[in-house]
Amino acid sequence: MTRAASPLEANAAAALADRRLQRALAEVPGGFAAARERAKAALPEFEALRRAARDIKDHTLANLDLYLEEFEDNATAARTKVHWAPTAAAASDIILAICRESAARLITKSKSMVSEEIGLGARLQAAALEVIETDLGDYLLQIRAEAPSHIIAPAIHLGAADIAADFRRHHRQLPPERDLASPEALVSEARGVLREKFLAADVGITGANFLVAATGSAIIVTNEGNADLTLSLPKVHIVLASIEKVVPTLEEAFVLLRLLARSATGQEITAYTTFVTGPRRPQDHDGPEACHVVLLDNGRSDLLGTNLREVLRCIRCGACMNVCPVYGAIGGHAYGSVYPGPIGAVLTPALPGTHDGGELAGASTFCGRCESVCPIEIPLVALMRRWRERAFASGSWRQRGMLRAWALLAAHPRAYHLMARLAVATLHLLARGRGAFSRLPFADRWTRTRDFPAPQGHTFQRLWARQQRKQPP
Amino acid sequence: MATGETKKPRVGLFVTCLVDLMRPSIGFAAVRLLEAAGCDVLVPAAQTCCGQPAYNGGDRASAKALALRTIAAFEGLDYVVAPSGSCAAMLKRHYPRLMAGDAAAEARARAFAERVHELTAFLVDVRGLNAVPGTFAGRVAYHDGCSGLRELAIARQPRALLGAVQGLELVELADREACCGFGGLFSIKYPGISDAIAERKTAAITAAEPALVLAGEIGCLLNIAGKLAREGSDIACRHVAEVLAGEMSAPPIARTQVRK
Repeated sequence: MTRAASPLEANAAAALADRRLQRALAEVPGGFAAARERAKAALPEFEALRRAARDIKDHTLANLDLYLEEFEDNATAARTKVHWAPTAAAASDIILAICRESAARLITKSKSMVSEEIGLGARLQAAALEVIETDLGDYLLQIRAEAPSHIIAPAIHLGAADIAADFRRHHRQLPPERDLASPEALVSEARGVLREKFLAADVGITGANFLVAATGSAIIVTNEGNADLTLSLPKVHIVLASIEKVVPTLEEAFVLLRLLARSATGQEITAYTTFVTGPRRPQDHDGPEACHVVLLDNGRSDLLGTNLREVLRCIRCGACMNVCPVYGAIGGHAYGSVYPGPIGAVLTPALPGTHDGGELAGASTFCGRCESVCPIEIPLVALMRRWRERAFASGSWRQRGMLRAWALLAAHPRAYHLMARLAVATLHLLARGRGAFSRLPFADRWTRTRDFPAPQGHTFQRLWARQQRKQPP
Repeated sequence: MATGETKKPRVGLFVTCLVDLMRPSIGFAAVRLLEAAGCDVLVPAAQTCCGQPAYNGGDRASAKALALRTIAAFEGLDYVVAPSGSCAAMLKRHYPRLMAGDAAAEARARAFAERVHELTAFLVDVRGLNAVPGTFAGRVAYHDGCSGLRELAIARQPRALLGAVQGLELVELADREACCGFGGLFSIKYPGISDAIAERKTAAITAAEPALVLAGEIGCLLNIAGKLAREGSDIACRHVAEVLAGEMSAPPIARTQVRK
């Protein structure tokens, strides 16, 4: 095995050799992707909805400052405290300060990729706070000290057998001989353990799928109901959301909601869709005493007005990774980024503090299946190409030199055709009558796993010119 | 054909660099099909490569320079036809984008793009061809190259033409819209990932039990044929134009001779 040329290549090699991971990945196309196809087929206006969603997001992003201020005004009127966090560190500081003000010790948390992005869990734990992830997948990962490998199914890389062993190791308070053979038994055990945490938590932290400017509401969707318990039982609820989650009114939110679940899991709508507008009012039976929304920028506003702005249309459904051949081969962890898959490849290099340099965007076949399923028509291939252009502009002389030398040759047809003739004649000679090479020294990155077909021996241009001389038109 | 007929359209064959280098028989098959569709075929000697490696490698300036040369090379012809979905998509969809910001060049690229077609799409949609010279007795699977499929919506046309081949039985691959893992320079930049994707494709091919796999894209074919050969498969690989034109004298891709 030759040395890997990049961290991603090394990660990929490990992922490809991981049989447990490969078994889990084999389930993805038949699961989420197939479910999305069925949901799409059952909704005749699906394509029209995609175009409407694209227009909604483009309009909102073009007026993002106005809608964010409108959101702040309306959320404030509903007694939500709105905080602006320009950076990941600022967002963590704000949340930590709220937890301290509330004298919190135990914090429940529902799924939030933005919290992964800012490294919130580690920050709160370093401050001696107990943080419990309440999404089942996230809870498993917390026990295992692993990162999510998918944006909506964080533990997609694990199988049921792995989970049972982790539960036995971690839930020492429960009888060791208990039966954990069925998924139902696992869910029931997690539910029991988490229920105590829900009831005892001082602060609940959730993400938001959408923020509604006209009402000051946060919309949170889950299939487990864990966000509802996280946000309604503790005294304090904190919403952590990035700025591009805002939409003008509930009407636009509904268009996006109709696409979100269908694109993500193939459901018409998720089991729970919760609208949160401020803390508990006097007439309410339950709800938190205080409600905060932390609006995170972290590099996003720098994308506005650039040719990368379409990245911000994303509603985090995960459809792009479910159909991506690269994600399907190596899984999410190999990307080495918080956000994997095609959307990860175009979002990651925009986030400050990541040193991606466009490598993830380079790791694509450009098959375009991602953008064909994207509910908001994000031009993922074009965006990856733009990151490649940035990487090329700042690349090494050697990297640029190879492409430039080839392009220079191609710009001189006579020299090009001569070189082409020489190259194929040489390869043809080397093949000595075989149809393919099982080893080619300068192409060993190809021939390690595949034969390299031998050229026929002459270029088309040469044969064509000969034929034209023999039989003039 | 008899004289006095309406003038034949003059079609410039964009050979593509991979066909030029690796498998000229595809070029001759394309010429034969275009002639069968009543066209005069010309092959401008000033053409080289469409510029895709530079464009997808982030070298926009080189890609633009090559695009301008290609457009100039095909000046004055009625149509430009390529036996490749990805090269045709480069000429048709991406050349105008490359010229953005340069109004005159953009207008020229747009006018050029209007005349560009992928081979099977040109034969079916522009020339209305419904009979082909080729014959083939046996099961055949067709792989859709991603660029042709998703950028030019080519799927129906090659199947329609294959339907006109006497004796040919077309079978569809499982998850037929899945990429084969080639991706141009991706295949040597990330060979491990590329191979893992190719393996899923060859598994789908093997399960369909065809005698022959076809595609309209030589890049995919080099990858698929190379993988099948390494696996020791009996399934042969050819460009769809070879079967349609009856240009079957060359051995299949990666094969020394035709196995019966």
